[in-house]
Amino acid sequence: MTTDAAPTEAVTAPPAPGAPDIIRVRDFNFFYGANQVLKGINLDIPEKRVTGFIGPSGCGKSTLLRSFNRMNDLIDGARHTGDIRLAGRSIYSADLEVIALRRLVGMVFQKSNPFAKTIYENVVYGLRIAGVRDRDTLDEAVERSLRGAALWNEVKDRLNDSALGLSGGQMQRLCIARAIANRPKILLMDEPCSALDPIATMRIEELIGELKSEYTIVLVTHNMQQATRCSDFTAFFYLGDLVEFGKTNVLFTNPTEKRTEDYITGRFG
Amino acid sequence: MSAPSVLRSAARLDCFQVLCAAACVLVVGVLALIFWEILHGAWPAMKKLGTGFLTGTDWVPHRGRFGVLPFIIGTIATSLIALLLAFPPGLAIAIFLSEDFLPRPVRQLVRFVVELLAAIPSVVYGLWGIFVVVPMVQTAGTWASERFGEVPLFAGPAYGNSLIAAGLVLALMILPTITAIARSSLVAVPHALREGAYALGATRWEAIFGVILPAAAPGVVAATILALGRAMGETMAVAMLIGNSSRLSWSLFAPSGTLASLLANQFGEAEGLQISALLYASLVLIAFTLAVNAAGELVLRYTERRTAGLR
Repeated sequence: MTTDAAPTEAVTAPPAPGAPDIIRVRDFNFFYGANQVLKGINLDIPEKRVTGFIGPSGCGKSTLLRSFNRMNDLIDGARHTGDIRLAGRSIYSADLEVIALRRLVGMVFQKSNPFAKTIYENVVYGLRIAGVRDRDTLDEAVERSLRGAALWNEVKDRLNDSALGLSGGQMQRLCIARAIANRPKILLMDEPCSALDPIATMRIEELIGELKSEYTIVLVTHNMQQATRCSDFTAFFYLGDLVEFGKTNVLFTNPTEKRTEDYITGRFG
Repeated sequence: MSAPSVLRSAARLDCFQVLCAAACVLVVGVLALIFWEILHGAWPAMKKLGTGFLTGTDWVPHRGRFGVLPFIIGTIATSLIALLLAFPPGLAIAIFLSEDFLPRPVRQLVRFVVELLAAIPSVVYGLWGIFVVVPMVQTAGTWASERFGEVPLFAGPAYGNSLIAAGLVLALMILPTITAIARSSLVAVPHALREGAYALGATRWEAIFGVILPAAAPGVVAATILALGRAMGETMAVAMLIGNSSRLSWSLFAPSGTLASLLANQFGEAEGLQISALLYASLVLIAFTLAVNAAGELVLRYTERRTAGLR
């Protein structure tokens, strides 16, 4: 892990104990046109831990998440200042192609978005576009990924059925399998359970717990119980500011900021 | 107070229902009457000529010989040529207009222009074909038959008014159908699918061809089939360009005929059994377009079931 001379010392980010940092956000500002949605964010995300982003709608948590794999590039009029470093390397550096970045940083969306293909083809999509043709490699990746996403036993006999026949929870786990088939370092999850029922949600949450042994997970959630259940660290955003960041149990039991306390106790949000 | 108003609205609803039902009955009734009238007119020919009408290759009215096979083949050939020529550019334009390659106002303009093609009357296409396409086809055909005369598709003398001239103009005529329907189904593909593909490291082209097009497949299939149906039934422009011959030929540059052009050309001066034979031919044409639309509906249902739950 390289340590960079950060332009300024982290203002709000405390040292993350117990794990080296994999993502470092420095003085990051983000704008949609004239509208500034992230203000001077400094944040270090530890490796192989679950970091939860919480905050009311419009606080910028999803925007920051979608900056990590540069999905915001797709939006007209989006621009940023500052830097985000992934394992020491700027995600905006000219020698890191955005396609390579997105293979390194997988993403699971709020609403599951399986492709109009078979279960098998959904899982291997990322490998296929990367040029993998070898059948054994693909087969192995399908089993590994579906096992990793706790879906293998449910679908192993119908890999060639359309993915669109799966239940909502299965579709979301398929999207997780599809993401981990690429062997990313980081998994971004943008409210992955918000469209699921409590049982499907529980399964995804269990899965998050298993996945963190291999992947760094950043989880945006509206659900504060989910943040307490799943995440090791929690960042609270409000109106584009990172208000507080720390160990989840500390942040929820003994927040240092008044705004954090007001939010987690349900006084607003 | 409330009871009368409920009654009044109930009465109004009844009246509305009656009007709607009447409209439905009217449409179905008119269709049935048209069909019955054609069947009635075609009956003498059907009785006299039987299925030999469908397999016969001679169409010589004054000798009482009516074989419609050359026109059936001409109909299928012109439509397929048109589809083959119009599908790739039509889909390409649809992709181009549904992605953000161009600024939105420019896209709107291009879309408008393409859809304007559909507003040009058939006879104008025919005139344009006579003055522009036919001479070009003649030149190209002569060139091709001199060099590749052994290939059946280019064999024999090249005429301007020919299968390929009709096919080319038909292609232009069905292009807006393909583009408009394919574009709207591409636009309807959820943004989440694009994001999903990009998030896995797809380039724009990989996302379009691997994810967006498959998701839009039902609409693209529908576009193709509607276009095929339109090409089969198109009359005026084809009658002006195809040369109206009943001779069977492999050559693209030989005059040919379609069911629709046969009807347009001969009905005015037909008498006796010929009238009946032409009505028989129109039954065949109806059967073809019906079959195409039914096949389209089936394919559409199948592909929609396969992609159900996407939207």
